[in-house]
Formats: sequence, structure tokens, C-alpha cells
Amino acid sequence: MRVELFVACFNDAMFPGTGRAVVRLLERLGHQVVFPAGQTCCGQMHWNTGYRQEAAELARAFTGVFGGAGAVVTPSASCATTVREAYPRIARAAGDPGLARAAEGLAVYELTEFLVDVLGVTDVGAYFPHRVTYHPTCHSMRMLGVGDRPLRLLRAVRGLDLVALPAAGECCGFGGTFAVKNSDVSVAMVADKVRHIRDTAADVVCAVDNSCLSHIGGALSRLRSGVRVMHLAEILAATEAAKEGTP
Amino acid sequence: MTAPAGTPPPKFADAARAALADTQLRRNLHNATATIRERRAAAAGELPDWEELRAAGAAIKDRTLLNLDRYLEELERAVTDAGGTVHWAATAAEANRIVTRLVRATGQREVVKVKSMVTQEIGLNEALAAAGITARETDLAELIVQLGDDRPSHILVPAIHRNRAQIRELFLRAMPGAPADLTDEPAALAAAARAYLRERFLAAEVAVSGANFMVAETGTMVVLESEGNGRMCLTLPETLITVAGIEKVVPTWEDLEVFLQLLPRSSTGERMNPYTSTWTGVTPGDGPREFHLVLLDNGRTKALADEVGRAALRCIRCSACLNVCPVYERTGGHAYGSVYPGPIGAILTPQLRGVKAAQPASLPFASTLCGACTDLCPVKIDIPEILVHLRGEVVEARRHRPVPTPELALMRTAAWTMADPRRYEAALRRGTRWARLLSRGGRIRRLPGPLGKWSDARDLPAPPAQSFRAWWREREGGR
Repeated sequence: MRVELFVACFNDAMFPGTGRAVVRLLERLGHQVVFPAGQTCCGQMHWNTGYRQEAAELARAFTGVFGGAGAVVTPSASCATTVREAYPRIARAAGDPGLARAAEGLAVYELTEFLVDVLGVTDVGAYFPHRVTYHPTCHSMRMLGVGDRPLRLLRAVRGLDLVALPAAGECCGFGGTFAVKNSDVSVAMVADKVRHIRDTAADVVCAVDNSCLSHIGGALSRLRSGVRVMHLAEILAATEAAKEGTP
Repeated sequence: MTAPAGTPPPKFADAARAALADTQLRRNLHNATATIRERRAAAAGELPDWEELRAAGAAIKDRTLLNLDRYLEELERAVTDAGGTVHWAATAAEANRIVTRLVRATGQREVVKVKSMVTQEIGLNEALAAAGITARETDLAELIVQLGDDRPSHILVPAIHRNRAQIRELFLRAMPGAPADLTDEPAALAAAARAYLRERFLAAEVAVSGANFMVAETGTMVVLESEGNGRMCLTLPETLITVAGIEKVVPTWEDLEVFLQLLPRSSTGERMNPYTSTWTGVTPGDGPREFHLVLLDNGRTKALADEVGRAALRCIRCSACLNVCPVYERTGGHAYGSVYPGPIGAILTPQLRGVKAAQPASLPFASTLCGACTDLCPVKIDIPEILVHLRGEVVEARRHRPVPTPELALMRTAAWTMADPRRYEAALRRGTRWARLLSRGGRIRRLPGPLGKWSDARDLPAPPAQSFRAWWREREGGR
């Protein structure tokens, strides 16, 4: 199957390893990955901060690049939510029915949705001999409703010791520009998230959004906790042969 | 915690900073919200048709709001036919003038009050005080707030920020007749308050209440409370004045039935509300001899005209969204600078007050958009959607200032850069080089400008030298 990858701008710059992991994983499963070079940003930050016109400009650019594509896969639940849930609203706010139609024609999947629902796999042949806990990000859990798909994928990883995260469903406090606009509350929230993560004694905390992970990981790193954050894709891409992505 | 009268409340982020540093407040809030959360989840979880009830609640409210003029006129006719008098108030000031005039006409200088959000919204107690009339709160928690010259910090549990040790100290200090050997046992505190309030009830000639619901078909007011103190106020005085927002109307008793299931389970986690009082106009020889209903707009019709924002008017003030909100749990209600705190306050207050002033404009940003509130709202208000919508209103209100805000300049530049892949890649290269210069040992510990708020408490990994697209291009070139 031919898959178009939307890597998300944040991953492109800050976490290219996640994009490489998606490519490696999907190719290992026998699919052809294409990276449309015109892609930039879905407009999430602008829309969620109230910049409607700017979000509309970016949404038009996105539909221009990915319109007419078959399946588009992204390793970012919040970007997938933006395209699926916010684009119709962005189009309405901008009075742009053309954008609404273009958005309707898109088939954007978050990575775990694509693996489990479209490809029908939960065992992707990964090997990752570490103690891991999983943080369900708000967009993946409440807006996309990925449910236990990430956990099913993790349970099938050989060597992986999966430990449940206490109070997993509580937001980590990132919230995009909230992390800066309301940094005190944001930090108070991540302090509790970090406490729960450390209670699991996990070596790695994983999720399906690197934005939330940069917030959680930023706090873990500042504390020199030794706990590493990793995108789920990097765990799923890891095999005994391939060493990239190993903590 | 009380701001001096006349000072505008600080913006959310500033107020939150102070609240976060209050250890006792954090402890009280965490304990109280965690307890109510569990109770609500159990009470909602045991009904097999809970989701259908929520859908019905949302649908009834939407249908009513879209035909609000018709139902309000039906309500007015029914109340008038039952011997009551209906007054219409466009603003808070107008409502306060009406109530003050009505109380003055009785010749009384004191009124007892049933717990009510709307009279706090309009600042009725303060307006009455200015006219020489004393308003006595009779709800236990509202009494605690009033005795402490404090402000409520929760819709349902206004004194949630105080624990029983603090309440004992307050009673000893400020409640006349409090026994000197008062302990902080809940039963002892309640008994002391009961003795104090009993005298107020027996002396009261005028009562002021709000209304949880108003049934249009019969002109019936409905109040739900847990203590029975409200019922004392509703039955003992000669004159009863009810102030209610226009969105509180429901068409029929059949509609009311849905909300009498949704509200107690969502708010206190009870299967059935302990004291549900209903009254229709006046009944000779039974209860008040005079009944006035003041119907309040105060920004509601403006909210109703907003196709996205109007869903906030569905709210039945259960406060389940407060109890589940990770932001509210850490800051408490005072940080929101409004009688409506938490997620519902963040979407209601800016609509009622407008987004021109800095304080209400800060409220839609007081959320991570995590959506925990919407998951359990009994009338299915999509709170994150309205928050984002109101953020848009805030940005639009500021967009055409002669000097653009630094944020607008930044956001416009970012969008212009991102809208073109060449500009984007050039910026990506520049940004990566710059960020790598700031880093040591693979992490950035201090960021410049507004991003410094990030690095105050969090590291940022240094971006790798090779972006994903550069890697992809190299790989494709090698094939």
C-alpha cells in the first residue's frame, strides 16, 4: 500500500527520529512511504491560539499538498485532530466552503489508527527490552478516540515490560501555547505527571504526541531523572537488528 | 484572597501564580475535587441510559434556547396568572434596582437568601448593602464565605478552598453566638451554624432566591439544595423575590424530569436531590403572600446570538467540569476572577462581560483544551470548541490595534513562513543552527524572550543537525 507521510513540522525539526521510525516501520510491514516535499504545518498552533486567518492559510496549504492523496499517516494525534476536527471549523470561520470540501476529502490517520484499523496489525515484529509506561495524550484519547490501540501495539512488542501509569488520563499540562502563557499552572500539572511516571519505575515513557512528550521530557530532563521520553513509533520500529531508537 | 472593592481582578495567569503557592489551598482543593469526582462517576455510571439522558438534556436546552422568546412569554403569563409579578432586567444594575425597590417597599431592612449564583453575578448583596439593606446568606457554605468577607471559589461548594479547621476558626471569630468550645467536627460546625441561622429564618420577612429551573407551562420555579435552609427561606417570609437568568426556562415538567436526574448525579453524585422545592405564584394561607420574578439578561441574548458560544447557555451549573478540570484543581476558583470559575466560567464570563478587558480576555486561555470537562458535561457542552472560538474573538478584537501585539506579529510571521515550503525550510535551517548554539550536552536550559517561560522549569532537547526532510532528501538522492 502507498502511504503519504505527514511528519508534522515539530517532528521535522525537533524529532526527526520519529519520522524515520515511521518510515522504517511501514516499509518493514511492506508498504511504500512517500513524503510530499511541499508539506509544512497543519496550523494547529494558530487555530488553538485564536489566529483564525493564519490557520486558514495553513489549512489551505495543507489541503493543497495532501488533497487527492490516498491514506495520509501522521505520528501526531493532535495534528490528526486538527485536520479532522478543526478544519471544518476553520473553513466555517473563514467562510471558505472550498476549504471545507477539500478537508472532507482528506483521509488523515494517526499512526496507531492506521496500523490497527487500516493495516489490521498489532504485532509489528518489534523488539524493545525495556520497562515502559504509556501516557495517553488528551488529543489521542478524547478527540481521536484511539482507545487501547497503542497499548495493544505495545503489548505485542517482544521484551517490553509494560507498566500502567497511575492517573494516566490526566492532562500533562502542555496545551500548546498554554505551556508558556500559563507556564505556572502548566508546570504544576507536569510535576504531578512526572511523580506518577517515576512511581512506575519505568525507563521510558511513550506517547503518540511528541509535543506533550517534549513538555514531560523537558521536566524529566531538568530533574536529571534519567527517564527517557520516546514516541511510540520509535519503539515499534526497534528490532534486534536495528539499534536506532534504543535508549 | 479578597481583592479590595473596585480593583479589577488580575489576569488569570497572575492570579493562578499566587493560588499555586498556597499549600493549604492546594491540599483542600485536591481532597475535595477528588472526592466529588469519584462520587459523580459512580452515580452517573450506574444508570444504563446516562448517555441518552445527556443527549436529551442537550436537545431540550437547545430547543428551548432557539425558541426562548416564546417560552419566556409563556412563563410570564403563567406566573402572572398564578398571582406573581414578572420584572424584566436587561442589565445587572437594572436587576439590582428592581430588587432594592421591592425590598424597600416592604419596609424591611434585612433579607434572607437562598444560595444563588445569579445574585452573585449581579452583585446583589453589595447593591442592597449600599441601600442600607442587609442580605444574610443561609446556605452553610455561602454563610462561611460571607462571614469571612471572602468570595466563593466553586459553584456548588463555594467554600471548597477552606477546610474544617479554617471554618472553626472563622466561626469563633465572626459568627455571633458560636460556642467557645466549638470543635472542627463537621456535626459540631453544622450545629453551630444551625443555631445561628434558625434565628434569622424566624425573623425574616423577605427572601431572595435564584432558580435552577423555571417551568414555562405552569410558571413554576424550581430550586435544588441539600440542606433545607433554602426551603426555610422559600416558605417562612411574607415576600419572596426570585432572580433568574432567562436561560433557566424549560418548557414542561416532562423536560424538567430529565434535569432532575442529570443535575444531582453530576453535581453532588447523589441519586436524588435532597431538597427540591417548587412554587407557583402565591397560595393564600400558605407560604409567601407576595411573589416577584426578576428575569435577567445581562449579556445572555448576546451569547445567544453567537452560533458557537450559545451552547454555554445550556449549562445547569452542576460544576462537574470544575471538579474534573486539572487547571481548576490546582488554582481554585478565585483565580478566574468571576463567580463562574473553572471551564464553564472560562466560556461564560467572557461572553457575559465581553473580551475587551484584559481579565475576561485571559480566561479562554486558562485551559490546555484537554477535554476532560466535555467528556462528562451533562448537557454535552463542547467546552474546548467554545474556548478556541473565544480565543479567536480575543485575537480579532486586538487584531486592528494601531500597534500590533507582539504575539500577533509573531503569529503572522510564523504563518507566512509556514505557508511556503521554501520559506519554511530556510527558517528551519536558521532555527536549528540558532537552537544548537544555545544547547549544551544535547539540551537547552535557557531560552530567550517569551520562551524563557518554558525553560524556567523545563529543558528542551537540542534539535538534531539533520531535519527529517533533509534526511529524506539524502535517502532519496542515494536511491
